Amino acid sequence: MWEKLLRLDRRWIFVLVALSVLIPLLKPLGLPMKTTEPVLNLYTYIDTLKPHDKAVILVTDFDPSTMPELLPMAEAIMRHCFARKIPLILYGGMYPTFVGMAKMALSRVLPDFPDVKYGEDYVFLGYIPGTSLIILSMGESISKTFGNDYYGNKLDSLPLMQRVKNYDQVALVIDLSGSGTPVWWIIYGYQRYGVRVGCGTTAVSAAQYYPYLQTGQFVGMLGGLKGAAEYETLIERAGIPPGRKTASIGMDAQSIVHLMLIFLIILGNIGYFIVRRKR
Amino acid sequence: MSTNPWVWVAAFLTLAIYSFLYKDNPVYRFAEHIFMGVSVGYGLVLFWYNSVIPRLWEPLVKGTEPTRFFLLIPILIGALTFSLFVPRYSWLVKYTLAFVVGASAGLSIPLSFETNIFEQVRSTILTRQMLSGWGIVSNLIMFIGVIVTLAYFYFSMEHKGVIGKTARIGRIYIMIAFGASFGYMVMARVSLLIGRMQFLLHDWLGIIK
Repeated sequence: MWEKLLRLDRRWIFVLVALSVLIPLLKPLGLPMKTTEPVLNLYTYIDTLKPHDKAVILVTDFDPSTMPELLPMAEAIMRHCFARKIPLILYGGMYPTFVGMAKMALSRVLPDFPDVKYGEDYVFLGYIPGTSLIILSMGESISKTFGNDYYGNKLDSLPLMQRVKNYDQVALVIDLSGSGTPVWWIIYGYQRYGVRVGCGTTAVSAAQYYPYLQTGQFVGMLGGLKGAAEYETLIERAGIPPGRKTASIGMDAQSIVHLMLIFLIILGNIGYFIVRRKR
Repeated sequence: MSTNPWVWVAAFLTLAIYSFLYKDNPVYRFAEHIFMGVSVGYGLVLFWYNSVIPRLWEPLVKGTEPTRFFLLIPILIGALTFSLFVPRYSWLVKYTLAFVVGASAGLSIPLSFETNIFEQVRSTILTRQMLSGWGIVSNLIMFIGVIVTLAYFYFSMEHKGVIGKTARIGRIYIMIAFGASFGYMVMARVSLLIGRMQFLLHDWLGIIK
C-alpha cells in the first residue's frame, strides 16, 4: 500500500489542491487570523501620521504575475491614507509594466472616496527610466525628477507637489514588490536621505526582508497574502471601507491547502521510511 | 456571468495554462506563446512611448535649450551596445559596460556596505538593553545563529573539533532558514492559484461575491 502511495500520480495531488482552494472559496469557513507585529507596526505608523501634513509615497513595483498578493496591499494602504486624509503620492513603479497595477488599484479604491481630490489629496506618478537613480534624484526634487504626472500635468502646477518638494516632506515610502527593489529604497532612500521605508512583498521574498525589520531599516512589512489580509482586517476594524477584501477571502483556502500539504509531507515521509526499511 | 469579452479571453487563457497540469497539449502551448509575445510586445511599446519618445526624441527634436545636445552622449554610449552585432567592432561595447559598471559600483558600494553590513552587524551586537526582559531569548538565539552560520562558511580551517561542532550547529540554522523560505514559497504559489480561482469564480462566473 505504501509503495502504491509513493508512486501516486501527481495529478491526484493537483486535484486535491484545487479542491482545497475551491471549496473554502465557495463556502467560507471564517477561520481566525491574528495580526502580526510587522503588519501592525506599518499600520500604526501610517495611522499616527498627521492629516494634511507629510506625504506617503506608495510604490507599485509589481506586475500581474504577483498581483494576487500585492494588489490587495496597494488597495488597503490607499484606503487607509485616503480615510485618514494623509497625502498620497502613488508612484507606478520602476519598470513600465508596473504602472497598470497602480492604475487598477486606484480605479477600485476611488469610488469609495468621492471627496478625495486629485492634485490635493493624491498624485499619480508614471514610469520614468532610471531605477535606483530615481530614488536618489527624488531626494533632491520630486518635481524635477518626474517633470509631469501620469496624466501629463506639470507636477509644479499641482497643489500637493508645491508642498512636497523632496523626502523632507515625506513621512514614509512603502514599496510593494515581488523583487529586490525594497532594499534599493533602504540603500538610496533611507541610508542616503533618512526617509523611513516600509514594504509589502510576496511570500517568496518575505524571509529575505526580516533582517531589515530587525534592524529597524523597515518600519514594517506586509508579507504575502496573509500580510494583505491582516491589513484589510485592521482598516475594517478602524471603520474604513475595506472594499471586496480579496486577500481575506483567500485566507481560508490558504490555510486549508497548508494543512493538506503538511499532512501529505508527513504521509510521504512515513511512507518513505517504511518502504526503505522493507527493502 | 461576465458579459465582458476580455474577461472570457482571460478565463480561456487561464484554463489553457492550467491544462498543462494534466499533460502538455496544443492549447497550453498556444496560450504560452501568446503570453510570451504579448509580454515582450507590451513591455517594448510601453518603454518606447514612456521612455524613448518623451525623454529622448522629443527633447532632442522639439526642444530649444542648447543643453539638449548633452543627450547625444548617453545615446552614443547606449548605441555602442549594438556594436556586438559587428564582430570587428564588438570591442566598443566595453566602453558602455565600463560606464555602467563604474557608475553603478560608485553609487552603490558605500551605501550597500552601510545597509547590508554595518547596520546588520550593529544590530547583532548584544547590548545591556537587548539582554533585558523576554527579548533576551530571541536576541541570544539570533546572536548564536549569526556566529555559528558564519563558522559554517569559514573554509580556511578544516571543520573538525570546535570549528566542526560550531559549523554543524550552523548547518541546523541554515536548514531552519531553508524551511522557512520553502514554507513562504508554498504560501506564495498557493496565493497565485487563489488569485486565479477568485478571478474565475468572481469576475468570470460571478458565483462568489
